[in-house]
Order: sequence, then C-alpha cells, then structure tokens
Amino acid sequence: MELAYALIIGTLTASGVYLILRARTFPVVVGLTLLSYGVNLFLFATGRLVTGGQPIIGSTGEYADPLPQALVLTAIVIGFAMTAFAVVLALRNQADNEDDHVDGHRPAPEPRAEEEEGASR
Amino acid sequence: MNHLLIAPILIPLLGGIIQVFIGYAPISLRRTLALATTVLLLASTFALLVLANDGSYRVYAFGNWAPPFGIVLVLDRLAALMLVMTAILAFFSHLYAIHRTDESSRQFHALFLFQLMGLNIAFLTGDLFNLFVAFEVLLIASYGLLMQGPGTKRTVPSLHYVVLNLTGSALFLISVGMIYSVTGTLNMADLAAKVPQVSAENLPLLQAGGLMLLVVFGLKAAILPLCFWLPRAYGNATAPVAALFAVMTKVGFYAIVRVFTLIFGSGAGALANLGLDWLFAFALATLTMGVIGALGARNLRTLIAWQVIISVGTLLAAVGLGTEEGTSAALFYMLNTTWIVGGLFLVVDLIAAQRGSAVDRIVTAPRMHNRTLLSVLFLIGAVAAIGLPPLSGFFAKLLILQSTTPGAEMAWLWSVLIGGSFFTLIAYSRAGSIVFWRTVDGHVSSTDRLSLPVTVAAGGLVSMAIVIVLLAGPISAYVDATAAQLFNTSEYLNVLNLPVIAEGL
Repeated sequence: MELAYALIIGTLTASGVYLILRARTFPVVVGLTLLSYGVNLFLFATGRLVTGGQPIIGSTGEYADPLPQALVLTAIVIGFAMTAFAVVLALRNQADNEDDHVDGHRPAPEPRAEEEEGASR
Repeated sequence: MNHLLIAPILIPLLGGIIQVFIGYAPISLRRTLALATTVLLLASTFALLVLANDGSYRVYAFGNWAPPFGIVLVLDRLAALMLVMTAILAFFSHLYAIHRTDESSRQFHALFLFQLMGLNIAFLTGDLFNLFVAFEVLLIASYGLLMQGPGTKRTVPSLHYVVLNLTGSALFLISVGMIYSVTGTLNMADLAAKVPQVSAENLPLLQAGGLMLLVVFGLKAAILPLCFWLPRAYGNATAPVAALFAVMTKVGFYAIVRVFTLIFGSGAGALANLGLDWLFAFALATLTMGVIGALGARNLRTLIAWQVIISVGTLLAAVGLGTEEGTSAALFYMLNTTWIVGGLFLVVDLIAAQRGSAVDRIVTAPRMHNRTLLSVLFLIGAVAAIGLPPLSGFFAKLLILQSTTPGAEMAWLWSVLIGGSFFTLIAYSRAGSIVFWRTVDGHVSSTDRLSLPVTVAAGGLVSMAIVIVLLAGPISAYVDATAAQLFNTSEYLNVLNLPVIAEGL
C-alpha cells in the first residue's frame, strides 16, 4: 500500500509541476489543482498509513493519527477557495488581454510555433 | 490568560465583517467605521506593546486547550513590535485610501481589514500550521487588494503573484507535513523542545522540511531567486495597497527570524543554525539585485518597489550573521524601512497625480503644483531609504555595520552594503533631479490638489524617519531586549507549562 500511495503522490505532483510550467492559464490552473491533491495526500500520509484504526488512543490496537486528517481538511478548504480565485483571475486575464497566455500576450519572436503548439493541444 | 491578546485579530475581523454587510451604505459611513476600526487596532497594539515590554511570554489558548494540543497565541516583544509597526503603517495607508482609492470597489475596506487580520494572526501565532492559515488569510485578502483600481494593467502581475503564492503554499504544506511526520507536533515551543531529540535516521527528513520552510518564507520575503514577481506587482498596485504591502515581505522576514532562531536555532542539536550560511549569501545577492533594479528603474513606483528588495536583502544579511547584535540591528532597520518605503509609495502617488500624462515616469514634465512640499517629502524619504545622515536610515545601517565581527562576513557585508547604498544614492538622485528640477514650461491642465488627509498620511509615514531618530534611545533599547529574548530560546519553552485555565472567568 505504501508503494502505491507514494507513486500516486509522486505522479500527481510531477504532473502538477509540469502543468504549472505551461504557458497558458488553463493548464496552470489544472496543474495547481493536481499539485494540491498531491500535497493533501502527502499530508494525510504524515500520520502514517493505518487501516482499520480509530482516531482514539486505546480503542483499537493501532490508532489512526487524527491531526493530519484535520490538517488535510483545512488544506482542502483553503485549496478549493484558492483554485476558485485562480479560475476567476484566469478568466479576467482572458477577457482583459484577449489571450490566455500567462504573460497576457504571446512572446514576440516565433509567434507561429506558439500558435501551432496551442492548436495541437 | 489575558484576553487582550486576541484583540488585534478580533477588531479587524469584526470591522471587516461589518464592512462586508454595509457595502451599499453611504461612503462616508463606511469610511468612518473602517478608519475607526484601524484606530482601535492601533490602540490595542500599543496596549500589547506595553504588556510585552516586561519581557515575559503571554499565552492565549483557544478554547482553553492546553498547548501543545490546542492552538495558542504567544505574545512576546517581537510579536508586539511587529503588531505596532503594522498598525502604524496600516493607519496611514488607510487614511490615504480614504482619499479616492476606496471609491473603486465596495469591498476595499473589508479586504484591507481582513489583510490586517491575517498579518496579526501571523505575528501572534505560536503554531506552525496556524502560521500557514494566517498566510492564506493575508494572501487571499492581498489578491483582492492587488486587483483594486481602474484599468487592466494589474491582471497579469496579479496572476503571477497568485500562482507563485499558491505554489508556495503547497511547498509550505509539504514542509509542515515532513516536520510533523518526524516530530509529531506543530506547536513552535514543542517543536523547539523535540527537534534536538530527533533520531539520526529521521534527521534528513527534518532537515529537508526545515530548508523547504526557508524557501517558502524566502518567497514571501522576496529573496533573490524568488523576487522577480515583486516589482511588477507592487509597481502596479494602487498607492495605499502598495504601502501596506511594504509589510508583506516583513512577514516572511518575521517567519524566518521566528522559526530559524527558535526551532532551528543554536539549541537545535544536529540541526543547529540550519540554513544560516545560505541565508547570508542569498541576502547579499538580493541586496545587489535590488540595487541593480533600482538603477534601471524607469518610473518612480518601480524604483520604490526595488527599494523593498534592497531592504529585504539588508535585513536578512543582518539576521544571517546569526548573532544577537545582528538581529537587533535588523529589527531597528526594519522599522525604518517599512515605514519609509510605505511613505515613499504614497508620496510617489501624489507626485504622479500632479504630472499629467508623464505620471510617475522618470522624464521631464511641467512643474508640479505643490512641488515644494512634494520635493521635501521625497527628499526626506529618499535620504532615510538610502541611509544618509541625519535620518533614521543612517543609524539603522550603522547599527548593522557595527554588529559584524572582523572576518570574511564583515568584509562581504561592509562592501556590499556600503557599495549598494552608494548606487542607491545615484538612483534616487537621478530620479529626483529629473522629476523635480528638469522641468519644462507649461502646466498640467487638470491636477489633483492635495487634500489634508493624503498630505497627513504621506507626510506622517515619511516623517517617521525623524521620529525614529528622536526616539532612537528607547527604540534601540527595545530591539536589543527583543533580540536578547529571541536568542534565549529556553524561556520560550515555558509556554508549554503556563497555566491556561483563565482565573476569574
């Protein structure tokens, strides 16, 4: 279970970082979301992975640490609000600059290559 | 348990909630209530400063849950100093905002007050995860504040700012998780007690967590590789917002000082003074970068924004020395630089309003209507920012220079700081002489006449340079005591033992 869990966190984070480095706001927002999923799973794992345990000491042989669960809950709520804000800001960028490039406009040299790349996605 | 500790959080929270609901009330009512909230906050922070000045730690346990299980607020000299500094800056910025900035949005005052709440939580909290929450509160308010004002020029800088800070928050959570997984606690006092006892096999995990925290705080403080978002964001924000944001980088500075003297300080066993040598080198590089940026600035707002980066570099270089004297000098410099940079943002906005289409660009333009007053204010601000005698910047930089001991660090710090000051002087002289002296004939048709509140706000913040000099004795005594309290970390651990049951509830 630990290996699968770690691989999932790694995949989510790597995909998130890759998408954040893209030049358009939509992949960046998706990347931020994936990164926050990865982080939330990571935070959850910091209390060690326990199956069938209760979050109260003494009630079962192995207990599940309740604190990371509370932290994850807080992180999810904050991450949700922040994602909503980032989406609104991306829409505002699209409306203001008529382009969803993260710099508001495409870089001046080689505009063709950028366009093709955008179209193929 | 003293309930006054929570006042700097509750006052802006309640004031902000009221502002949310009265968004359609007459603007004079909203302004009066908002300014009253800030004044009340200012009064409460001064009360806390008096309380903290006896040198003991005061703890406020939420819901009476004893630390380390519950979340606590801890008031010490450093927290009180940060609170007062922020409240004074906020008062003058708020006074200035009432001029015209708050007309553009019905939620300006609410966002402004929530921003203050987030800042105050960050300064008071004694819990690492609560610090994360405070960062998020102040950040989401700052995202809103940054977008204030007409036009579309703020969209792209805001987008960069938001994406960078969201990534920073993710890093913060990862480092908090790493630290928790090894120590099993997030209370700062408890962490300080447990970090030296961590077993050797868990040490790398803790070290990685600690250094990632340094990256996160470095992003907030804008140290070199992470500082390029700042000039565009601050340069495009409206003046009172930019002035208030002068304290945002100091939150990162505060977090570095708090975490890296208390948790990873000299008492941290194998991890003692983690990241300190990194900090010193990066701080000097930041200082150099700021000076280069200031020399290349094409308009006054960008020049002041680079001044923010110069001051971050100076502050962290002094802290990076890792000595009590260095930290004390840094705190003295912090007071000076925060107020002066905030004041300069306001003065530059007044200048821009009187120059027609030239706005704040460093080019020749017709003479300004109130050129005498504005030039004197700019001169005072610039002299204090550069660090020329007789104003506060000079004494602050002198203290930093004096805090070094002969050696390689002294050679680096002296040469970079003095050389940097010289080139900053050139940048300000060039900007000031073009803007104020090289004027052309003619006049700007529609200038903004100065009104009393904006003049008081800008003048008040800039004249802090004189106030700091007049009160230099008490202030330096206070920052010395603050640094001594910071470095005596064993006292902080008593936070865990304090009785939390409120007597005579």
